[in-house]
Amino acid sequence: MKNLKLVAAVVAGAMMLASTSAMAVTIGFSQVGDEGDWRPAFSKDMQDSAVEYGIDLKFADAQGKQEEQLRAVRAFIAQGVDAIIIAPVVVTGWDQVLQEAKKASIPVFLADRDVEVEDNSLYVTRISADFNLEGKLAAAWLAAESKGSCKVVELQGTVGSAAAIERQKGFQAVLDQFPAMEIVRSQSGDFTTEGGKQVMEAFIKATNNLEGICASFAHNDNMQLGAIQAMKEAGLNPGTDVLMVSVDYVPAMIKALEAGEANASVELRSAIGKFIYPVVLDYLEAPKDLPKWIVIPGDLHTAK
Amino acid sequence: MRDRYLPLLATIAVFAALYIAGGMFYPRIFSSLVFGHLLADNAFIIIAAIGVTFVIISGGIDLSIGSMIGFVGVAMASLIQAGWDPVLVLVLVLVFGLLYGAFQGFIIDFCDIQPFIATLSGLFLLRGACFMVNLNSTPIRSPFVSWFNNIYVDLPGGGFLTGGALVMLFMLALAIVIAHYTRFGTNVYAMGGDRPSAILMGMPMRRTTVMIYALAGFYSAVAGVIYAMNTSSGYPLAGNTLELSAIAASVLGGTMLTGGVGLVVGALFGGMILALISTIIIFNGSLNGAWIMIATGFLLFAFIVIQRWIVSSFSSAAKAD
Repeated sequence: MKNLKLVAAVVAGAMMLASTSAMAVTIGFSQVGDEGDWRPAFSKDMQDSAVEYGIDLKFADAQGKQEEQLRAVRAFIAQGVDAIIIAPVVVTGWDQVLQEAKKASIPVFLADRDVEVEDNSLYVTRISADFNLEGKLAAAWLAAESKGSCKVVELQGTVGSAAAIERQKGFQAVLDQFPAMEIVRSQSGDFTTEGGKQVMEAFIKATNNLEGICASFAHNDNMQLGAIQAMKEAGLNPGTDVLMVSVDYVPAMIKALEAGEANASVELRSAIGKFIYPVVLDYLEAPKDLPKWIVIPGDLHTAK
Repeated sequence: MRDRYLPLLATIAVFAALYIAGGMFYPRIFSSLVFGHLLADNAFIIIAAIGVTFVIISGGIDLSIGSMIGFVGVAMASLIQAGWDPVLVLVLVLVFGLLYGAFQGFIIDFCDIQPFIATLSGLFLLRGACFMVNLNSTPIRSPFVSWFNNIYVDLPGGGFLTGGALVMLFMLALAIVIAHYTRFGTNVYAMGGDRPSAILMGMPMRRTTVMIYALAGFYSAVAGVIYAMNTSSGYPLAGNTLELSAIAASVLGGTMLTGGVGLVVGALFGGMILALISTIIIFNGSLNGAWIMIATGFLLFAFIVIQRWIVSSFSSAAKAD
């Protein structure tokens, strides 16, 4: 009798252990790679905040190759993870592997970039920043600051990139509401500091030291920092003579804002684990249809 | 004979050791599902590695593989999108691979150019051509591609072989026949083993060279087709630096870069070793992706040293005779 009780206690204990280990959610995260400044920060935040949420995170860096991402997703499926998060390297080519995930009843979430699949139900939702909204926010700030009258020079990102296209569209959409606001010059600086500097030097020459120009809008901070350098070399006062607004809010831009050389920057968050994980965990708790895109807000920061 | 199989045995031993070690840490690696993935996910690398194995055995090198894979995918996507029949497109790109390879082989022999340089120009040319055709990734939507992607041959234990894996196994069987049961195969070994003797014996050097590179071009094109089918898209950056993975798979499979020594079946195991390294690191889930490259580099080093040692012990034994 005593033995039986002991056995029962051991079994109950073992079951409790099993259930607590089953409680820990395992998530596979397939990241593109570690290019630029933003993505490594994003990866690190995903890993750090996984610990905070008590998630067992399987992290796979695809080194920019789609075949490695496909392999990672299949390995996650084979391991029987509870959910998969993909930051896709490219928009196409996901139908088959997402189908395999669906067959294994593992929900897939997208972070950052979008995918093109025939059947949208293959992924639960995409959680990312809205480039278009960033452009709108920058333009809205500029409209308020310039009282709706401003000639703008634009430093575009890499031609054809989603960030460049959408930030341009959003910015233009708000400008269209103000007849006295227009983009007078626009050129690509390839998202780099060097590129931004060259483009601004060309603008300075072409517009007789930015005569009549009231603002510079750059698709990212790096280009704007290059533009600031070019303007200082030409003897102009960025931030005072010309309003400087851009996107990203990187550490160097925070310094420029403090120094008064830039006026505003829309934040592209890299610490987005706290936006992504709750969505995934809630879904695992109680699966429901979510909107296909959940936007992570980006705050606008201005010089004090 | 023993000398010929030693590097292959070493490869199989490494594969088995990795497989067992990985499986001890992560028992799921032993599942037939993961085994099927290993064959499927690296099918295109293994196919390309089989093609380049012929080239390396003949004493040459082919650097145009990755670009060929990218170009084939982009060409397929564009032509199918333009409404061409997918099967016709498939035949066209395979013929293109064959002809482009033959062209490289002809240039190498006719102009007496280093294969490294001739195929390096192919690397740039074909990659440039990808960007000419399309800068963005283009989806391939066609019933033929969906049909191919839905081929699943079940393995016992829940795993499966994909269409890509089946094509790879077929291409491997074909390569074994070509390498060991045809006159052309014998010529490839003779050319890499002892070129002056091969010339003296009246071997048709130009024809053989052209055929070797044509074969490699064809295999690269097949790899490109499998890559494009797997991802249902043409992406101009697809297969970037993949020629180096294919060469690594071939060398890990026991093929010697000095020529004359190697077995095409080694490419299968070499490619599987590469796939296994990635899989184990992904299963671990906390190691940086850099470890995949570090482990691969380390293994390559070890292999070259082992090969060197085998060759020198063999040649000193021959001298002693």
